[in-house]
Amino acid sequence: MLSVFWGKQKYVTIKPREPSSGPVADGLWTRCPSCSSLLYTKELTKNLSVCDRCSHHFRMSAWDRVLHLLDADSFQEIDQDLEGGNPLGFSGYEQKLAKSREKTGLTEACLTGEGRLSGHQLVFGAIDFGFIGGTMGTVVGEKVCRAFEYALTKRLPVVMVSAGGGGARMHEGILSLMQMAKTSQAVERHSQAGLLYICVLTDPTMGGIYASFASLADIILAEPQALIGFAGPRVVEETIRQKLPSGFQRAEFALNNGMVDAIIERKELRKVLARLLLYHDRGGRQLC
Amino acid sequence: MLNGVFEWEKPLIELEKKIEELRRFTKEEGIDFSAEIATLESRAENLRHDIYSRLTPWQKVMIARHPRRPTCLDYIELIFDDFFELHGDRTIRDDPAMVGGIALLEGRPVTVIGPQKGKDTKDNIARNFGLPHPEGYRKALRLMRQAEKFRRPIISLIDVVGAYPGIEAEQRGQGVVIAENIRQMSFLKVPIICVVTGEGGSGGALAIGVGDRILMLENAWYSVCSPEMCAQILWKDTKKAEEAAESLCLTAQDLLAWKVIDEIIPEPPGGAHRNHETVAMTLKEALLRHLQELEAQGADELVAKRIDRYRQIGVVW
Ligand SMILES: [Zn+2]
Repeated sequence: MLSVFWGKQKYVTIKPREPSSGPVADGLWTRCPSCSSLLYTKELTKNLSVCDRCSHHFRMSAWDRVLHLLDADSFQEIDQDLEGGNPLGFSGYEQKLAKSREKTGLTEACLTGEGRLSGHQLVFGAIDFGFIGGTMGTVVGEKVCRAFEYALTKRLPVVMVSAGGGGARMHEGILSLMQMAKTSQAVERHSQAGLLYICVLTDPTMGGIYASFASLADIILAEPQALIGFAGPRVVEETIRQKLPSGFQRAEFALNNGMVDAIIERKELRKVLARLLLYHDRGGRQLC
Repeated sequence: MLNGVFEWEKPLIELEKKIEELRRFTKEEGIDFSAEIATLESRAENLRHDIYSRLTPWQKVMIARHPRRPTCLDYIELIFDDFFELHGDRTIRDDPAMVGGIALLEGRPVTVIGPQKGKDTKDNIARNFGLPHPEGYRKALRLMRQAEKFRRPIISLIDVVGAYPGIEAEQRGQGVVIAENIRQMSFLKVPIICVVTGEGGSGGALAIGVGDRILMLENAWYSVCSPEMCAQILWKDTKKAEEAAESLCLTAQDLLAWKVIDEIIPEPPGGAHRNHETVAMTLKEALLRHLQELEAQGADELVAKRIDRYRQIGVVW
């Protein structure tokens, strides 16, 4: 992988992936954007939205993350009614919110709650890319904050699954930016109490979400090939006026550069999280 | 813009030139033009008010980017009695796009940090147009931690359109460094005063922008990203930057209304570039005043209030 940056370099232009609206909604067949195979949608869903030919990880909705990772019927959503308005009066924003609410069934881009993962009680949060690209405005910031505060009060670990395409939400201007400070502080207060926070970076985790709570976990995991970074690849390409190296800002790039602890395939994710939660079990009892 | 004069202020600048000429004439030729000068002066005053009291957000962005607008080092020179610059992040290199060091403010040591734009093309290239790499932010954090150790207040002078978007910057963890700065600044046990002096763009500004007092110059802008970036992301068209500037509510007046900032530092008519000395002295007075208030508070109270300030942003809308 490092050879990409040293010696003879092969440059390719990165094509931003088509936002897959989740394979479930697309009818009987779904085409894999990576290997172009035509996949039977039902099978794909059963396979955790991972292509069984090339192991391309499709994006997952926040609720699918809950279904995949948490013990059946253990999840209790918190702050589900928290809904934002249009503080800046940004033109077209209300319509955008309404459309996203209809499409995802969520009130905002972030889903938070308490649940169990292999028997471990925890606070769980997931960002939904389908909701304005999983961007963080005031409500997402507030929900993330409250989730950490709730975990602090109940002395629970936090597992977050991040996916924020654009990072901070443009339509809420400076107020979005300030959520980076607010969420970082909530993470730190939780951390100072000696509590565990694991973040799973999924495709894509960029900008303000990456540069705040998503980077501040005790343990940072990433899904294979997830786009992870601060500046968007197109912005980088336009700034430096040269083609980007292949694999730029993918999870493997982040791992090689020391920005994540491990890349975990989706089918292993639940097991790995359970193992890490067990290591940090508060009882401090002897393991195995 | 021609010779540092904006299109919208041209009539005024021409009038000012005429007044200046008449003054010179009076002096050199001994002819009395005082009546003419007085008439022109009052016309200029009206014009000044007319032009500068209703600047659009985009015009303010332009003023904030004026090539002769004071830079971080200009303010340091004008405000502080002494300055010793400290270099390097102790990991990879010294980032010239970010400066920092120990300065004396009315005789008392403070730590000053801030992105540094270039004075001309050559300087700008050396300073990467004031766009810091991760090591720049790491240097700033190192100096802030040092300030905490020696109980020096921190003054952060912010003028940055954003963190540098480059391959190496991403490799070295631009996002991680910004998050780390935000986290650590939030809990530093010394007073922090941040001043948005020019541009305040995205996480690149917030990474040196968490504090107990946030001040902002009259024509500075501060938002989630630059108007160009916003236009590019939302409408795939950087030419709509002017429209984006309107939509983003990025002026000092907007931010004061949101309570994101605490005070607006007035600029000379037309912008800070028209009189460095005046704006620096106004800022100095504000720094001293806020520092006095902050230093009356205990360290724990300071941090608690700082956290609470951010906790309240965007709670109920
Ligand atoms: Zn495939």
